[in-house]
Amino acid sequence: MPETFLDQLIYMFFLVLKIVAIVVPLILTVAYYTYMERKVIGYMQIRRGPNRIGPLGLAQPFADVFKLLLKEIVLPENANKFLFLLAPILSLAPAFAAWAVIPFDDWAILANIDAGVLYILAMSSLGVYGLIIAGWASNSKYAFLGALRSTAQMVSYELAMGFALVGVLILAGSMNLSEIVMAQKGGVFDWFWLPLLPLFGIYVISGLAETNRAPFDVAEGESEIVAGFHVEYAGSGFALFFLAEYANMILISALTALFFTGGWLSPFEGVPFLGDTILAEGSIFWFLAKTVVFMFIFLWVRATFPRYRYDQIMRLGWKVFIPITIVWVMVAAVISVFGLIVRGS
Amino acid sequence: MAEIRNYTMNFGPQHPAAHGVLRLVLEMDGETVVRADPHVGLLHRATEKLAESKPYNQSIGYLDRLDYMSMMCNEHAYVRAIEELLGIEPPPRAQWIRTMFDEITRFSNHLLWIASCGIDLGAMTVFLYAFREREMVMDMYEAVSGARMHAAYYRPGGVYRDLPENMPPYRESRWTKGKDLKRRNEWREGSLLDFIEEFAKDVDSKIDEYETLLTNNRIWKQRTVGIGVVSPDKALQMGCTGVMLRGSGVEWDLRKKQPYAMYDQVDFDVPLGVSGDCYDRYLVRVEEMRQSAKIILQCVDWLKKNPGHVMLKNFKVIPPTREEMKDDMEALIHHFKLFTEGFCVPAGETYAAVEAPKGEFGCYLVSDGANKPFRVHFRAPGFAHLSGINEMARGHMLADTVAIISTLDLVFGEVDR
Repeated sequence: MPETFLDQLIYMFFLVLKIVAIVVPLILTVAYYTYMERKVIGYMQIRRGPNRIGPLGLAQPFADVFKLLLKEIVLPENANKFLFLLAPILSLAPAFAAWAVIPFDDWAILANIDAGVLYILAMSSLGVYGLIIAGWASNSKYAFLGALRSTAQMVSYELAMGFALVGVLILAGSMNLSEIVMAQKGGVFDWFWLPLLPLFGIYVISGLAETNRAPFDVAEGESEIVAGFHVEYAGSGFALFFLAEYANMILISALTALFFTGGWLSPFEGVPFLGDTILAEGSIFWFLAKTVVFMFIFLWVRATFPRYRYDQIMRLGWKVFIPITIVWVMVAAVISVFGLIVRGS
Repeated sequence: MAEIRNYTMNFGPQHPAAHGVLRLVLEMDGETVVRADPHVGLLHRATEKLAESKPYNQSIGYLDRLDYMSMMCNEHAYVRAIEELLGIEPPPRAQWIRTMFDEITRFSNHLLWIASCGIDLGAMTVFLYAFREREMVMDMYEAVSGARMHAAYYRPGGVYRDLPENMPPYRESRWTKGKDLKRRNEWREGSLLDFIEEFAKDVDSKIDEYETLLTNNRIWKQRTVGIGVVSPDKALQMGCTGVMLRGSGVEWDLRKKQPYAMYDQVDFDVPLGVSGDCYDRYLVRVEEMRQSAKIILQCVDWLKKNPGHVMLKNFKVIPPTREEMKDDMEALIHHFKLFTEGFCVPAGETYAAVEAPKGEFGCYLVSDGANKPFRVHFRAPGFAHLSGINEMARGHMLADTVAIISTLDLVFGEVDR
């Protein structure tokens, strides 16, 4: 621990520097994730996506951001002004705070805490408050319906997600994210996706539901309740919700990479010929590559599926996912107790 | 404990799934619809009154703007009513062209329907897939009439002009060039008929693409099967026509039952639903698209073999050509009369209906012998369908209401008129 005041100051300075080093790239990723979304879905839908602003439309995210920030902040007449302004901040803050415990590499982590998984779950649960408050404070029926829907949905999928993680925790024997990754060492088939295949699928799908993305986007339900909880928001308030949603999507992608596909570990570990080259070494590159793959899946799903109905989502969550996860948690326990896989080989 | 009451919600008129300007006042019990009360009239343009204040053939343009998704079918009903009162019969080639363009219109309407229904239920990709084909249909409209949507192509006594000999190709631009340009112009080297033929031959594979995205999709089925069920009796009571009736399993198609134009000479099937839910209506529409392509091919075949007039040579109704006016005094007089006061229709009344893509589109026409209709009324299928929405939506959830509105295939141009 730092002793003098100066030491503390230097410590704080580096801490802030580290936070900036995570948050700024994250915001940029969000900006270009929106660009990627529009391009990817564009090509899936035989059109081109943004291509007018800057070369290949690369300046489009910035044009959007400036447009939104320069717009007037409209406060609805009957809204609860304080909560109305608080809601977007409440939904954005946890989305960013969760990144504190994400290990990008075995050395690159802001806070290497032992209860990392719990912290992540806590943060992702907090995000729902932003939505509820937004829906309630807007004092609009559409927004309120959206808030109700998203609350019910998030609560039910949090359960499925939590159970899916229990399987991971049993196999890894730790709640520390770095240790969870290290427990998967040894190559593609040592990663947890294989022994926990059903949980892996459920985690990805619950991730879609957790972030209110298609086909689970009933909270926004564009064609039913217009924009759901953020129907009354314009300009920067809307931009914050948007930022939070995309930051959450990236977070879920990163977590899927960590929990099920070995985080920063290389898929070429232990493969003949490649096993000795630089490709086999774990690095931040692998972590980012895996995250991008899952981010792509988010977009792919959006371009493919129709939207679920609200009660059908509940049914899927409670009657399908939770039973499957409970069964597979047992299986994971059996695997772990009888040592059917060797941890961290 | 506070008293729990139902609440009312304004669904529209500014709502992405309201298909125009539907204002639906919903009484909601949580997410469940207790009562749906449609309010119409926000797009009322007094088309009938306007038509009564103008010479007959000046109203054709208004007809395009009723159901603005199936323009030529509306014209067809109006033009048929006038022809019936005048006692004239257009030449066969015009009839075949009308049959073909009725089907092209049906196809384009169903394309737009599948697109917007997809987007209402959250499947956005099918929207852009359908618009890819719709663009070509619009090009056919443009080639034949000069307008992409509001064609005003059918006239009493025939159609405005014969099909063009060549299909305008894409020009090279920043976005369309090289291979892309060549691919897009592949079908456009011959006449319009060649283009339509290539299109109709290929279109089955395109419909397969939409079906891949939707028909067996579990989410799509969960959203549509058993939603908005209309029993056959109910459908008849509510005055449903077209797909709304056939989706419930009632075999009624004016093209078969009261054939007009050349429908008695083409071979096609009328698809029927079984349970009358949204999914059946979806399946019926998809099959109708395939049948339309079949009819279009038969029409193309006939039209290629049989050139001829597309307008009657009856100067009392149809204006003479420029050339004829130059050396024929009588033609000049006819032209003057037609363009100053129009033609007069013998006194009487008639009802002419066509099987428009959305159902029976009819025109009730009363003439007192003047150059303007004494009374004209349009029977729009959408109006009858919309009035049944309370029966269909009651007890379903909000999201189902969207699916129901969507499969009613409403266009407010015709509901409000």
